[in-house]
Amino acid sequence: MGDLLFIFVSALLINNFTLSYFLGLCPFLGVSGRLVTAFRLGLANIFVMLITAVCAWTLNTYILPFAPYLRLISFIIVIASTVQFVEMAIKKLSPELFRALGIFLPLITTNCAILGLALFSTNKGYGFVEGLIYALGAGGGVTLALVLLAGIREETRILDIPKVIEGTALNLIIAGILSMAFMGFAGLFSGG
Amino acid sequence: MNQQIPDSNARTAEEFLKGIWRENPVFVAVLGMCPVLAVTNTAINSLAMGLATMFVLVFSSLLVSSLRKVIPKQVRITTFIIIIATFVTVVDFLLAALTPQVHKELGAFIALIVVNCLILGRQEAFASKNSVKLALADALGMSVGFAFALLCIGVVREILGNGSLFNIALFGEGFEPWIVMILPPGGFFTLGFLLLFFNWLQQRRKLV
Amino acid sequence: MDTSTSTSLPPQSDPSSFRLILTLGIAGFFSGLLLVGVYLSTLPAIQKHRAESLRKAIFQVLPGCTEYKIMELREGQLLEAQITEQGSSEGEVLPRVYAGYNAAGEFIGFAIQGEEPGFQDNIGAIFGYEPGEKVIIGFEVLESKETPGLGDKIMKDENWLANFKALKVEPGLEVVKEGQGQKPNQVESITGATISSKAIVRLLEKELAEWRPVLEEYNRRPKVEGRK
Repeated sequence: MGDLLFIFVSALLINNFTLSYFLGLCPFLGVSGRLVTAFRLGLANIFVMLITAVCAWTLNTYILPFAPYLRLISFIIVIASTVQFVEMAIKKLSPELFRALGIFLPLITTNCAILGLALFSTNKGYGFVEGLIYALGAGGGVTLALVLLAGIREETRILDIPKVIEGTALNLIIAGILSMAFMGFAGLFSGG
Repeated sequence: MNQQIPDSNARTAEEFLKGIWRENPVFVAVLGMCPVLAVTNTAINSLAMGLATMFVLVFSSLLVSSLRKVIPKQVRITTFIIIIATFVTVVDFLLAALTPQVHKELGAFIALIVVNCLILGRQEAFASKNSVKLALADALGMSVGFAFALLCIGVVREILGNGSLFNIALFGEGFEPWIVMILPPGGFFTLGFLLLFFNWLQQRRKLV
Repeated sequence: MDTSTSTSLPPQSDPSSFRLILTLGIAGFFSGLLLVGVYLSTLPAIQKHRAESLRKAIFQVLPGCTEYKIMELREGQLLEAQITEQGSSEGEVLPRVYAGYNAAGEFIGFAIQGEEPGFQDNIGAIFGYEPGEKVIIGFEVLESKETPGLGDKIMKDENWLANFKALKVEPGLEVVKEGQGQKPNQVESITGATISSKAIVRLLEKELAEWRPVLEEYNRRPKVEGRK
């Protein structure tokens, strides 16, 4: 139990995917202009990550021991097509959910955070449950980072910002400060 | 795409040069951020990542461009991804066999070259529509520009964060390294300020 | 290659599904072929590097060691492993330690690998344990993402590493401040990296608790047989 909690909090805060591994930066910098959009994108991310965790575990347990050289290709293709199927299923079963998350799904599928999750969790040798918890933590972490950045950016809109720093440069510097703040979470589990 | 401009040497040179400065993938287009920030804590890692990306981009572009008339439009993205993932896996194995130390430092970020938007972007936007010669020039230019940008960031971060360059100490004992620069926030700050600098350069040019 | 005279494509009507699948199939086939080739040709070098870095770590933590055997814990018994290649995927992976011997073929101690959450992420380390004297004789960090300049001193700080040249594990490890270690079972922590230091000691305690009974049992056995 303690191990699972460590995995979760570590992925959520200490080794936040976006702020300390730089994964999933494209949507982080591109979409995070509005709080609501950022939150939905985050939820979609968690959702795809959970699917990824299941795919990665299945592949890694049953197929990759026999063909280690197919790791990368199979991860990408299986994850992308599973997400596609789930997307179709959601469209049929719950149009409402599809409207909330659907438009983000194709955007996320080829996101580095997703592939990163698959690679890291198999590198660490996580089992099925551990993998799911890790995905939940990582997805939550990405959501947290997206929402925080979007919140700050909404505030900066009313500020008088020099033209030269507007855009990506400013976002990166804000992200740097957030990343520094998240460094404070290190040591959470070993204070002893 | 119509090829109204001939395949002249001038055009080839132009396609090569644009990636290095005018359309630099990092400083101007802001693509492939993940490796740009994650592995640039030292100059050597930056260089290794730049070269690995170059290998993948050049070979993928060559292949995609020479097969551009064979690949049906409907499955092109999937085919591109298969091609890219194959070359990335090759690089991964080669690095592990030749330089295990670098391979360990870069870790999973070698595999993550697959999802570098720069590579897929060049296939879709350029290699799949142009001749092999132009595609090669474009891929070389873009990857040199990418490697150059990585190296810039890596050099700044290593000098400030570790007081060294390519592992050679630059300052005396008295230098207190800014450790934050080789930590994740340093990546964000360095790129943020470099972009700021580029914006400033562009604005000045417009004024003059 | 640069003859661009005949670039006019035939008017593309929708290609049949068969052609789409065929394209993907061919792409997959050639990609697989290339990958298998590269994999097989780089595998020996990769395995050699892996075995070498393991060998180096074992020799580092067991001073004087020139030869080692992989020992596996199978059904409560410590036995020599049947597969010697590191990274073999056949069968389940059993918990293992490495038994080190010097040039004269005398037993030196066991090298034990372990992992424990540190300041940032898990720290991986290996240490040498001599079960006769119940003493730790060497220590090395294999993997860590501890803060550069502070926590990463657990990898290279000399005062710190000196702790593990002859560390008694009885009556239990004890962490004290730098410069205050007097007893042979005390570990002097690194100033500014207390958390990382404590994580290492926890790692040692965890692995020792798991392995000591087995290793000491194993160590006793051949001597008893020798006396008979």
